[in-house]
Amino acid sequence: MDPNNLIAVEGLARSFPGPKGAEPVTVFEDLWFAAARGEFVCLIGHSGCGKSTILNILAGIDQPSEGAVIVDGKEATGPSLDRAVVFQSHALMPWMTTIQNIAFAVRSRWPEWPRAKIREHCQTYIDMVHLTGAEDKKPAHLSGGMRQRVGIARALAIEPRIMLLDEPFSALDALTRGSLQDEVLDICAKTNQTTFMITHDIDEALLLADRILLMTNGPRARIAEIVVNTLPKGRTRTDMHRHDNYYPLRNHLIEFLVRRSEALREMVLDVDPRKPPVVFPRADCSAQTPAVVHGATA
Amino acid sequence: MNGSKDLQALTLSVVLLALFLGGWQLAVGGSGTAPQMDPEYAALMGATAKGGSALPTPFDIAKEMWRHISDPFYDKGPNDKGIGIQLAYSLARVLIGYFIAAAVAIPLGFLIGMSPLFYKALDPFIQILKPISPLAWMPLALYTIKDSGVSSVFVIFICSIWPMLLNTAFGVASVRRDWLNVAKTLEVGRLRTAFRVILPAAAPTIMTGMRISIAIAWLVIVAAEMLVGGTGVGYFVWNEWNNLSITNVICAILFIGLVGMVLDQALYQFSKLVTYSE
Repeated sequence: MDPNNLIAVEGLARSFPGPKGAEPVTVFEDLWFAAARGEFVCLIGHSGCGKSTILNILAGIDQPSEGAVIVDGKEATGPSLDRAVVFQSHALMPWMTTIQNIAFAVRSRWPEWPRAKIREHCQTYIDMVHLTGAEDKKPAHLSGGMRQRVGIARALAIEPRIMLLDEPFSALDALTRGSLQDEVLDICAKTNQTTFMITHDIDEALLLADRILLMTNGPRARIAEIVVNTLPKGRTRTDMHRHDNYYPLRNHLIEFLVRRSEALREMVLDVDPRKPPVVFPRADCSAQTPAVVHGATA
Repeated sequence: MNGSKDLQALTLSVVLLALFLGGWQLAVGGSGTAPQMDPEYAALMGATAKGGSALPTPFDIAKEMWRHISDPFYDKGPNDKGIGIQLAYSLARVLIGYFIAAAVAIPLGFLIGMSPLFYKALDPFIQILKPISPLAWMPLALYTIKDSGVSSVFVIFICSIWPMLLNTAFGVASVRRDWLNVAKTLEVGRLRTAFRVILPAAAPTIMTGMRISIAIAWLVIVAAEMLVGGTGVGYFVWNEWNNLSITNVICAILFIGLVGMVLDQALYQFSKLVTYSE
């Protein structure tokens, strides 16, 4: 295994028992992928390909039927403070204020810390997600975007090695989503945070991700290919669409989601599931035939 | 706007009360001439003989209420104790039985709510025991415990346990998966999860159960004390019935209602502290 990989998934499969007497349903199988230190990896696929299940397995909340999750060279079998999750539905405790929600996580991470130190630590992360002034508000008195900020601050505050994001912006309106994406991009760049995100928003993936994993439709979903984001680092939401590589990338992803994700499900892929094809959609290649590197290390 | 609505409601309440009391006064006030009647029989029949009703007027009740309130704690032997003493006996029984029931029901409800196995195993017992009228336990309690006071505490215990047990189990079982997953990913221990996540999440449902229980306990104590006698507001009501003192019976009814309302409001105030909005 590549020592640069902080988290790797080897031969992951998950099946659920079918309705009475029926065969068990395999949602996905034979998944192999990895994320290097400081890398931002996005996973895109249609509903039903088991995206959230994959994230739950990475978080240790769910168990795979086959395969293993390797974190820093060791198999991870349960939840861990190494991996923080930002849930789709923010999952804040409604009876706790902003700072109490974050302090609950911080105290779990460092139980021996005195009260004042926990407070100070929480404040740092509250300031980081621009929630200064909302420390003592309960989630019911916060807007959707602010709640998700608390969720992000809670995840960051335990200084995880890997942050797992489960469609964190999907319930937000477009404007709020945009500003939160900018902030996550900014924070991840500054802290060199290794991040794995589930999404179905192509522009979100293009803005945030270094690599994008494309999944075929379920059941028996697999990783069809890995798209390397060819947009330059330091891209912003407002200028990334002016880059020459933007449309080839975007078209490639749309083409995949609209057509190929279903078509590839039926086909027997003539590729090693451990090494899905890696593509680099670029302006100098035609968008229909992006550069494909077979057998490149995923 | 809200204030004027409150004022309107208050006015309406006062009008309704006045109408009720006025109607009552008219219905029972003595009038007309006394019918021909044997004098001894007339004496026996009291007010009825004079063409009125044996039922007291609102003014009689008010006078009697005032007498009770101004001297609630006198004790002139087993059959003549102040209403304060009687209510205190009943309250003590209710509170003792209720808190023992809470001490059993809430931990047990937690267990049932957290473990589908326990839920399935205990469900048939709960389903059979729950619909039994608490008074049906009374002979068994009297036979085994051999003390009427403790028996009524037991009856309160058995009637207030079910709503608390079922509500706690339901509240614990329906804690949002997300919150439990947060605790899991943060490697929070079982005990800390129970106290910091499950208990606050289920608290509003548990409090609802506790409010239902205290209301039932207060309903049942009157009946239980009528059965076992001796002390308590239920005994007081029955004793005054035997004295044919309808005035005192009505006074007792009013006191029972007032105390029940205070109990419910106290728990309501407490439940407001633990409710949360999402």
